[in-house]
Amino acid sequence: MDQKKMNMEKKIRVLVAKPGLDGHERGAHVVAYGLRDAGFEVIYTGLRQTTKQIVNTAIQEDVDVIGLSILSGAHLSLSQKVIEGLKTQDAEDIIVIVGGIIPEEDIPLLKAMGVCEVFTAGTPVSAISDFISASISSN
Amino acid sequence: MFKKMEKAKQIENSWDSLVAGVRAGNVRAMARLITRVEDREPGWKDAMKAIWPHTGNARIFGITGSPGTGKSSLTCEIAAELVSRGLSVGIIAVDPSSPFTGGALLGDRLRMKKIFNLKDIFIRSMATRGMLGGLSQAARDVVRIMDAFGKDIILIETVGVGQDEIEVVKAADLVMMVCIPGQGDGIQALKAGVMEIADLYIINKADLPGTDEVMADIQGMLELSSEIGYPVAPVLKTSALKNQGIKDLVETLLTHQAGKNKQEFKRGIQVKEEILTLMEREVFRSIRSRWEHSGELAEAVQQMIDKKKDPYSTVTEMLDHILKE
Repeated sequence: MDQKKMNMEKKIRVLVAKPGLDGHERGAHVVAYGLRDAGFEVIYTGLRQTTKQIVNTAIQEDVDVIGLSILSGAHLSLSQKVIEGLKTQDAEDIIVIVGGIIPEEDIPLLKAMGVCEVFTAGTPVSAISDFISASISSN
Repeated sequence: MFKKMEKAKQIENSWDSLVAGVRAGNVRAMARLITRVEDREPGWKDAMKAIWPHTGNARIFGITGSPGTGKSSLTCEIAAELVSRGLSVGIIAVDPSSPFTGGALLGDRLRMKKIFNLKDIFIRSMATRGMLGGLSQAARDVVRIMDAFGKDIILIETVGVGQDEIEVVKAADLVMMVCIPGQGDGIQALKAGVMEIADLYIINKADLPGTDEVMADIQGMLELSSEIGYPVAPVLKTSALKNQGIKDLVETLLTHQAGKNKQEFKRGIQVKEEILTLMEREVFRSIRSRWEHSGELAEAVQQMIDKKKDPYSTVTEMLDHILKE
């Protein structure tokens, strides 16, 4: 409570990004709007971002969380590149989460490379915002 | 999960090292310092005091206009042109916060993709975060941090609606007003009193019909209101999408000199405004936090709900109480 009072003006900032060649934007929109309604400041950068653009944006905007929305099947290599990019910039403290069409068996692989959580289709947005709030406040 | 956090490499987060990082040209330090100052974390004013001596070198341009006139696309093109001339550019892109949840969707970057990876460009999205006038101070602080970092030009792109944007552009040396053909919104804007703050008018989407009419309207209005003996504010045509008119616009920006009177007048207003805003926020912050901690605020709320007291005397009593101390 006291912590909250002290940081009355602290806002959680989230980058919602769509890496790679994948034109399905609806899911990212729903998540972006949902997180905005949960009181976060959401930076949305649109379709077809390179992983380098995503890392640069995350650093400049000093976000707490990057949410990657991937429905192209390339989630393993794209997530890997984002996480590597953050590492080289000393920005590993930025939490990476992934959402989209992710096969069950790939989830452990994503987590092993440093993805904090994976949200597959059908997840309520509140599950994502709760996860983010919990991760940030325990930090 | 948290085991990973402990191992994670992070930037040194203290105020001193962030300020030193900004001076050394460290992008991550600049981004983090902006966050901590924007969040008004305890110590932010001391950090800004340390930043202050290193400011005053950048030129600050404000971009305003109704939603949908192409401010973000135009900002992107202007920035790209400035960088091609060897200048380093900082961009502050403002979008509104929801008054209900405090959340915000910051989407100006959508139109700026082509400059994301240029190393001389730093883009920061900002939300209005409620209180009127509060944003203009936060924007001023961000401008100063970018200035101390060594940015040559800082572009501030406003929300595009209401009073807040006039507040924001008060932080700028030169303000561009973006209009488009067909909506008559140049004239609407002039009516609304944005007149006093714009130094330069741009008709964007000038590849569309109706451009000349809007241009004539704006020039007519400007002629009526300009100071005698000083040049009338320029009106330029651009198309951000087709990259037309951008070079001329940038040339005008870099060489523009407003009338000296107007410039000094503006400066005085800016400084006064800043001191007053800072004071207002500080006073409010300290009173509010005291009021909340002591439980007096909750008590006053309950008294009002019970109809035992009216808000006017509550506030007067509280102020009297504080001023006596």
